[in-house]
Amino acid sequence: MSRFGLFTLLSDFIYAEWSILQINNVKDNFAISPHFMHKQISSIAIYTVLEALRNRLSWLIIIVLFIGVGLSGFLNALALTESQQTQVALLAAFLRFAAAFLLATFVVTSMVREFNDKGLELLLSLALPRAAYLLGKFLGFALLAIVPACLFGLLTLLFSNALQSALWTISLVCELWIIVAFAMLCVLSFNQIMTALSATLGFYLLARSITALQLIAKEAQVETSNSQQVMGALMNAIAAVIPHLDQFTKTDWLVYHTGQLQDLNPIAIQSTICVGLLVGAGLFDLYRKNI
Amino acid sequence: MRERPLSNVPKSALSLLVLAFCAQLAWHFTQPAVSAKAENLMPPPSLPTLRLAAFGEPIAFSKLSMLYLQAFDNQAGVQRAFQQLDYVQVEAWLARTIALDPQSQYPLFAASQLYAEVKDAPKQRRMLDFIYQQFLLDPNHRWKALAHATSLARHRLKDLPLAQKYAQAIRLHATAPEVPSWAKQMEIFLLEDMNELEHARILLGGLLQSGQIKDPHEFKFLEQRLIGLEKAQAATNQTRKQTPSPVTTP
Repeated sequence: MSRFGLFTLLSDFIYAEWSILQINNVKDNFAISPHFMHKQISSIAIYTVLEALRNRLSWLIIIVLFIGVGLSGFLNALALTESQQTQVALLAAFLRFAAAFLLATFVVTSMVREFNDKGLELLLSLALPRAAYLLGKFLGFALLAIVPACLFGLLTLLFSNALQSALWTISLVCELWIIVAFAMLCVLSFNQIMTALSATLGFYLLARSITALQLIAKEAQVETSNSQQVMGALMNAIAAVIPHLDQFTKTDWLVYHTGQLQDLNPIAIQSTICVGLLVGAGLFDLYRKNI
Repeated sequence: MRERPLSNVPKSALSLLVLAFCAQLAWHFTQPAVSAKAENLMPPPSLPTLRLAAFGEPIAFSKLSMLYLQAFDNQAGVQRAFQQLDYVQVEAWLARTIALDPQSQYPLFAASQLYAEVKDAPKQRRMLDFIYQQFLLDPNHRWKALAHATSLARHRLKDLPLAQKYAQAIRLHATAPEVPSWAKQMEIFLLEDMNELEHARILLGGLLQSGQIKDPHEFKFLEQRLIGLEKAQAATNQTRKQTPSPVTTP
């Protein structure tokens, strides 16, 4: 038996033991205390991270890292001036998108597989509140998001100073948490890989270009036709409910070293609000599901 | 998951795989080689469209746009004739690129060191004017390109008033302490009877001394430009020596 297989077996055994413990505990306690729920959330988070490690996500992240270095190095060689700036700008843009794509794909495929394998039904048949399941899953994915963000952030240290790299990394973590929360909501709503992944990537690209869309709509409003007014109002309405991810993880910080600690304040506030909103929507959807 | 041995794959499937792979390679090599032709340079999309296409990464997109534009004039180390390029489009691309990333010096560097070097006075003037207009928007960061433009106006276009206008603009507008004094005093050099090589030496020497050129690629490029100028100057001097001077009768 391969080491991978042995590891799977072992973790499955622990999982089964853990499930029995849950039932026994509930039999003794009837009501679930906050402390117990906290433990449940932690357990689910740990298993989510373990699953990612089993899926060899870390290897994929390292491969992406090497591709980014190779590609940006090639483009660096083409630049006549500002070669290092060209390299870091393209590398940062590539790594940022790659991190979001990898994580969104993992969240969607992992949760859909769990639904298809009736894993969620099994878990909910235990004395596990739905909120504990969702929050545990989110915590696990959120912990996982720190891995690519830190690895990619460490790489940017080669081109930028520690403060700028730290700002970029923290901002990327916040951005990835929003993506995770949205991907989870999409899975709960659509239950299908293709639909959920398309919706997540659509949301991500929209959130990154919403300012540009607003500017276009504003320029169009100079000619005051009704349709343009409606489009402008629609853009403003969309902009009011989605995070402006173009203000996150700015390449300027790495290229021109313009970042300051205060820049993280609006990012942290926006991330907290947005994650709260998305997790809230996810809970609403999960509690209404007839499982 | 364990894989079954290769013998389990039917021969028809294997031959399909090999045939399709060979067909793909054959197809690829029958296609014409990809090259960016100067006449194919299309006008750039509008600035809002470019901002939208950048998906919140205007700086990375600006750098990519510069590399894209560069592909139309510099391939495999051989510079194509700039005369073939439509300079209206080139200017539009440079303007869009610098609007996406206003802190970048790349578009102005390309304008002054590549596109303004063309042996076509109207095209040169267009590039110099572009540099001048962009300089006025941010003089303290864009004086380097205008300093080179001043030299080009003086020695290539032989337009002293234009060169003086540029030099005066540097003196009046580029007032930040990081702008070296030699750049602010370019007007004096213009009035002295120097040749292009001497002027270039002052420019490059001044840039190197002030620590303004940090990029190794830019350094190498400018060094090669200086060597090229020295060779051209030496060749001109030799030709002058070999040509007998006309005998003048009193």
